[in-house]
Amino acid sequence: MKKKLTPQKALVRHLILMGGAIFMLAPFLWMLSASMRSPEEIFHGGFSLFPQRWYALENYTKAFTAQPLIRYMLNGSLVVVVIFILQALIATPCAYALAKLKFKGKKMLFGMVLTGLLIPPQAVAIPVFLMLWKMKVINTYAALVMPWTISVLGIFLMRQFFLTISDEIIDAARIDGMSEIGIVCRLMVPTAVPALTAFAIISVVSHWNDYFWPLIVLTDQNLYTPPLGVSFFANEEVGNDYGSLMAAASIIIAPLVVGFLAAQDKFINGIAMQAGVKG
Amino acid sequence: MLKSISSPMPSPIELSTRLPSRQALRQVGLQTIQQRVAFALVTPATLLILILLIGPILIVVGLSFTDWQFGNPAMNFIGMDNYAQLTQDEVFRTSFLNTCVYSLVEVPLSILLGLLAAILIEMGGSLKKFYRAAYFLPVMSCTVAMAITWQFMLHPGIGLAAIVLPFFGLEGFELLQGQNTALFTLCGIGIWQNLGFNMVLFMAGLAGIPGELYEAAELDGAANGWDRFRLVTWPLLSPVTLFVTVITAIRSFQVFDTVHVLTGGGPNNATEVLIYTMYTEAFVFFRTGYAAAITVVFLACVFLFTFIKLYFLEKQVHYK
Repeated sequence: MKKKLTPQKALVRHLILMGGAIFMLAPFLWMLSASMRSPEEIFHGGFSLFPQRWYALENYTKAFTAQPLIRYMLNGSLVVVVIFILQALIATPCAYALAKLKFKGKKMLFGMVLTGLLIPPQAVAIPVFLMLWKMKVINTYAALVMPWTISVLGIFLMRQFFLTISDEIIDAARIDGMSEIGIVCRLMVPTAVPALTAFAIISVVSHWNDYFWPLIVLTDQNLYTPPLGVSFFANEEVGNDYGSLMAAASIIIAPLVVGFLAAQDKFINGIAMQAGVKG
Repeated sequence: MLKSISSPMPSPIELSTRLPSRQALRQVGLQTIQQRVAFALVTPATLLILILLIGPILIVVGLSFTDWQFGNPAMNFIGMDNYAQLTQDEVFRTSFLNTCVYSLVEVPLSILLGLLAAILIEMGGSLKKFYRAAYFLPVMSCTVAMAITWQFMLHPGIGLAAIVLPFFGLEGFELLQGQNTALFTLCGIGIWQNLGFNMVLFMAGLAGIPGELYEAAELDGAANGWDRFRLVTWPLLSPVTLFVTVITAIRSFQVFDTVHVLTGGGPNNATEVLIYTMYTEAFVFFRTGYAAAITVVFLACVFLFTFIKLYFLEKQVHYK
């Protein structure tokens, strides 16, 4: 299968894949192109990759000033960072114990983790909402963060990783008098950086893009995350100002797109791992 | 921590007699220490799994047997009434049917196209990384932002649709507003977004197929590419295909963002889907008990997909 392709085959391959790639990239090109065109040009219809009159500065300025877009971006950043830090702090020790320590109830706990993997977040939305409402934290950052502090996916992923580390290293550390906590912090975590990176990518991508949960727990516009912000902008503010709307949309997808283009393999491995765990 | 059980050096004679018990003591000490450390390490995660995942599932099931409405002090046990009402509810029936249609369109197409892309990209030749990035980009991108972009592109007056639709004699047609087209348009956006996800999983699967098998197939007379696909790729990829199918099916049942942003379940319930109905019942109409029953139906579907997968996996093991 990995043989050198005949020129005809190579051509057919490129024709099909290029056609597909144009379809896949069309919305991105459309978005970027529209974000640089003036309203008159947009309403004139038709498509040209580059505008007749550059209007990018106006559109992007409006995207930032017609709504608190920077605030949305900061909200989003704060939420994804805090979520991941808490997830890692809670999941990593548990994963280490599941992989390397003997204790009562280990099988049962692992069974709970596997059960947790089957539970889609929408299924627990109602009770978790009620819980947060009882705690009077609806419409706060806490409501955006607390439901995600546990990541069974992260526990599973990190456990699989810790299983690949040989017991001899750990035993040697124990004989050297290192405590279990010390083993986790000074021996395990540094070697687990690649696994933690994958975990971070999975977590950040899903929470930066999440729409369902912020929609449920937020009405205060000051706390909006980027997806809520752009959807609000599309509905209420602009009406027909597609140029600045597309500018706002391209700004909110930019961090992940740039990250992805810079570290393609890491992103793809991370997302594939997520599927592998759930599958 | 080990210091607590090590006493000053014993004399050699003492040592020889005490050694076994001392070692055993050490062993027991290590075990209890390990046990205690383990409990400390797993307690936060265990509590949170119970509070945020397993507990809520039990609560949802419990709520589905009540008539409770959010904000209402009265909560009555009404048995299976919510479920009985679901079978009579026109909106729910449409919603469930739409979700199935959405899934039946999106799952096979995003899998076939994902597989095709994976095979073409991996068969050799140039631009491998570019194609992979292009097809994967939508997976990374915020669904809401991309849905708004699609809405603009599909605008019959000023979008890409204004250029493309006339070729099909559909000038001025709003795909997202049509009673018969809205759901399929959402399927299209779903396929566009998930195809790259499936592609990446298939690429990983393809990388695991040993090249010798293709040579062997060729020697046995599998001359063309189709034969090689049929005899080697497809059978060896079947475990990957199985889990890609299940994961895509589950994801398709979770469709929400595009519906909420683009159609609001309309026109005339044409794009009403399970999670959207659950959301409106729970968080717009505040019929909590009823929404819990919808959640249970959703959860049952998700578990069903998982059991189907386990059943087939079991079968595969028996074949071996």
